[in-house]
Amino acid sequence: MSDPQRIPPGPATGQDPDTSPFNDTGPIAVGPAAPGCKKRDPIIIADGVRRSFGALKAVDVDHVEIPRHKITALIGPNGAGKTTFFNLLTGFDTPDSGSWTFDGKNLAGIRPHRVARLGMVRTFQLTKVMGKLTVIENMRLGGADQPGEALWRAMFPWLWREREAELTRTADSLLAMFKLAEKREDYAASLSGGQRKLLEMARALMAEPRLVMLDEPMAGVNPALTQSLLDHIKNLKATGTTVLFVEHDMHVVRHIADWVIVMAEGRVVAEGPPKEVMQDQAVIDAYLGAHHDVDLGAPEGVARLEDVLSEDAESVVGTEDAGELLAVHDEPDTQDPHGRQP
Amino acid sequence: MDFAAIFTNALTEIVSPITASYALAALGLAVHFGYAGLLNFGQAGFMAVGAYGFSISTLTFGAPLPVALLVALVASVLFALILGIPTLRLRADYLAIVTIAAAEIVRYIVTTNSLTNVTGSANGLATFERGFYALSPFPPGDYPVGPLNFNDRSLWVTLVAWGIVLLCAAIVWALMRSPWGRVLKGIREDENAVLSLGKNVFVYKMEALVIGGLFGSLAGILFTLPTGAVQPANYGSELTFFLWTALLLGGMATVFGSVLGAMIFWVVLSLTQGILLGLIEAGYITFLSSAQAGQLRYILVGVALMLLMIFRPQGILGNKKELAFS
Amino acid sequence: MFRQANAAVIRWVGVVGLIALFAGLALASAVPALAMPSASASAAGQLQAPLQKQELTIRGTLRDGSVPIEGVRITASSTTGFSAEATTDKDGRWVIVVPAKGTYEVLLDVATLPADKPLSEGEANPRIVEFGTSSNMGVIFKVGENAAAATRSFGSILAERTVAGLSFGLLLALTAVGLSLVFGTTGLTNFAHGEMVTFGAVSTFALSAWGFPLWAALVVAVLLGGALGWLQDWGLWKPLRRRGSALVPMMIVSIGLALAMRYIILFFFGGTTEQLPSAQSPILVVLGVSISRNTLVSLVVSLVVIIAVALLLLKTRFGKATRAVADNPALAAASGIDVDRVIRMVWVVGSMLAALGGILWAYYRPGVAFNMGQQILLMIFAGVTLGGLGTVFGALIGSVLVGLMVEISTIWLEADLKYVGALAVMILVLLFKPQGLLGRRERVG
Repeated sequence: MSDPQRIPPGPATGQDPDTSPFNDTGPIAVGPAAPGCKKRDPIIIADGVRRSFGALKAVDVDHVEIPRHKITALIGPNGAGKTTFFNLLTGFDTPDSGSWTFDGKNLAGIRPHRVARLGMVRTFQLTKVMGKLTVIENMRLGGADQPGEALWRAMFPWLWREREAELTRTADSLLAMFKLAEKREDYAASLSGGQRKLLEMARALMAEPRLVMLDEPMAGVNPALTQSLLDHIKNLKATGTTVLFVEHDMHVVRHIADWVIVMAEGRVVAEGPPKEVMQDQAVIDAYLGAHHDVDLGAPEGVARLEDVLSEDAESVVGTEDAGELLAVHDEPDTQDPHGRQP
Repeated sequence: MDFAAIFTNALTEIVSPITASYALAALGLAVHFGYAGLLNFGQAGFMAVGAYGFSISTLTFGAPLPVALLVALVASVLFALILGIPTLRLRADYLAIVTIAAAEIVRYIVTTNSLTNVTGSANGLATFERGFYALSPFPPGDYPVGPLNFNDRSLWVTLVAWGIVLLCAAIVWALMRSPWGRVLKGIREDENAVLSLGKNVFVYKMEALVIGGLFGSLAGILFTLPTGAVQPANYGSELTFFLWTALLLGGMATVFGSVLGAMIFWVVLSLTQGILLGLIEAGYITFLSSAQAGQLRYILVGVALMLLMIFRPQGILGNKKELAFS
Repeated sequence: MFRQANAAVIRWVGVVGLIALFAGLALASAVPALAMPSASASAAGQLQAPLQKQELTIRGTLRDGSVPIEGVRITASSTTGFSAEATTDKDGRWVIVVPAKGTYEVLLDVATLPADKPLSEGEANPRIVEFGTSSNMGVIFKVGENAAAATRSFGSILAERTVAGLSFGLLLALTAVGLSLVFGTTGLTNFAHGEMVTFGAVSTFALSAWGFPLWAALVVAVLLGGALGWLQDWGLWKPLRRRGSALVPMMIVSIGLALAMRYIILFFFGGTTEQLPSAQSPILVVLGVSISRNTLVSLVVSLVVIIAVALLLLKTRFGKATRAVADNPALAAASGIDVDRVIRMVWVVGSMLAALGGILWAYYRPGVAFNMGQQILLMIFAGVTLGGLGTVFGALIGSVLVGLMVEISTIWLEADLKYVGALAVMILVLLFKPQGLLGRRERVG
């Protein structure tokens, strides 16, 4: 709590962005924007991070830096390796090679809960709220430094009640901010998809992170909620939190991002402020050149599938989590990036 | 048919220390599965570790009661660590297979003839319970309670057994209302989410495995005290499955569900046994032998387990919204 | 949801009823053949051990080496005037039920022993048996010249154990294919698979007791196994998949099914161990290794069937469809594969293989018993896990390794510990290479 870099989220809605100490309007990059360019004040520096699944190179990033106190968008077509990159940075997956630092601290080989405790908290593409806990319990679960989470102290409520009350206060103010106060006592399973996204984001803020990594925060969110979600993300910046998010919707990206990093086939292909990146030929190529999946509706598709399978001697019978693997490490084919192109 | 005797028998089952031991072992499973989502199919192994840890240290090493108890508990903690370290990072079904395999390993080891002078092999061990009954405050004699008859031994072991069950239930109750319990319930639903919030999931799962294992080990000791004998054949995988049935009957994520489940399990077994045997003796049922009547009850146990899982997975006391799986 | 639940109940009741009927029909005529009611009662008593109502028995087996001796009279008497006698059956077993715990004198009538198989030197006769806490007291009389066994070379013992291990491993592999395929296509860890194994052996026994020639009994038993698999999937697993049941509840349902099936079999079959026709087989010497004919036949049969299954999976349409479903059911469904039909076929084929494995297991143990499947289930799991959960070829290799391990370990370990080694190795493999020997790293949770 004595860490000066930890600024409590607080009621930021009324804050004037121009007076915020974190609204540094100077250039983000040192020199011209280019893939892998140096930043004036990076919070994450990644070098040579590679991860392949069989023959597929899911992530192959030579060098990338994420600017501090900014909102950075990570975009790219399906299968570009954005979520895998997220998983690697946060310790949920292990790269084949590479190193990366967070605030100067080397994170390679650090386990995910340690990464979170260092102040780098993430959300998931497929929202992970505890449906069988109430909303407020979900929030309390996000709190840090609760002594009652240690087994021996858990038996003695007087050792943790005080911190529990503090956490509850923080949780209630966050719930109010995220318009979830009414749902406080409901089971999280009863929330709508958009509300779950909000709850997950609010819960991530309970630990007062320095960097929030949001994986598709807008996916499945009711358009009526989108605007307030965007405001929340902008407010995060105003309170000194760095934001890195994965998004498909170019409209959203243009609206709130200070910096955009484009990935395709595992590599960083372009970087820059949103307006310039959208003009970049490499970005357009990346989206249009994205591999087309087998058309399974057509008879040729079936034949191709059979061909692929007959070449794959190892996959005589896969396991039930072959499907899970897709969900965790790769983009599901639920969204068509072409339809979203501006 | 002697209904009074049948019901007295059923009543005896409710308070019997064996029922208490089932309740305690099932409570351990509730911590494992109900709260932490760990599939322990080797609770019989934990019980065997407790029972043999206690009896071997008493008989072979002449340890006094508290030392023997400590040995049993430490042994079960070690057992939990050995099981947990390789499997807690893997998918749930690996833990299921490893625990059931480990429980069988324990059973084979205590059954083998090569260790007869330590474990008594298939015959098991006996007369290690004197230290326990020496602590009894009741002078020898009969102590009828209502229709139930106790003697000084059975009264003492019954009171101690249920006392331990209550104590452990209180511990679980307190734990599950603490932030520790909240993390555990979070893990049951989604490990990765809990990891992303900075909690060391592995440590919590290990703690849960150890606590449930300790309960299993205590239950294993209680299981042997009424007769003062331990036999390896009692610790097969079927014991584990009966415990699961008791747990699921009562409700897996509830504190008293395992107690209620164990009571129902034994009462139903006792009632069906009494009634079937009564009908056979009275000549109403001629197509069953008395051995078959016994087997019929276990067919019912299997069927009940399936039906419970399909139609009322939350059990009798459970809240469907808090059910461990969707 | 409710209507589906109702449908499930109806189907489900149907399944239990049909299983019972199956077993009942098949065994009705066999039951009288199951002699030794005392043994049956005491085996059941052991299962009810928690209830502590057991019959007290003195028992033993009389063998010369591995050859049982039939028709030997054994008498037990006590000072309280109790006296009972038993005669060894064709497997050399004898059981005497006694009324109470106490001290008994057990006497073997040497006059009833075959002339060429005298009681070994130094064997006490009569014996004094004193009941402790156990309700079954074993008494072994050593008969014949037991000196012959000790003088063989290590090489020949190893070769013998290796062949036996291969035979056991291949029969494990047969049963493992079904478990692995079902796991691969539906994600279910099926604890009732062991009972499918028992079912194969018990049906064969029942059919041959019914007068079927052995070959016909074998064929019909395997077909019945397939039918039971079909029935299970139709009545239980498919409706549960339709409801979207999660994997853990399904696993627990399979435990309930295993208990129910095991006790249904016990109910009809009884607790005795019975032998299939030609369970006694001559010892052949092949390339200097002595091996029993049955072990050799079992080895060849499993090998041929496994090769056939491998070809089925690699070459046929059904095989390709199965692999597609296992790799990604949604994708397979989208490409026009009827996933439910594939899974149904997997159940049928897997259950037939389990039934065949059960028959071979009955010759290997030897003997048919209601809990024989439960005994082998963990070995199957060990094989499947060792090779990599869900990969069929992994399961084959893993099973053979488990079989070899079990048999070869008996050179150093007591025979009653032979399964421990395999189970311990399985746990160690999970510690260091959790994906199994053939699995891929990414495929573990």
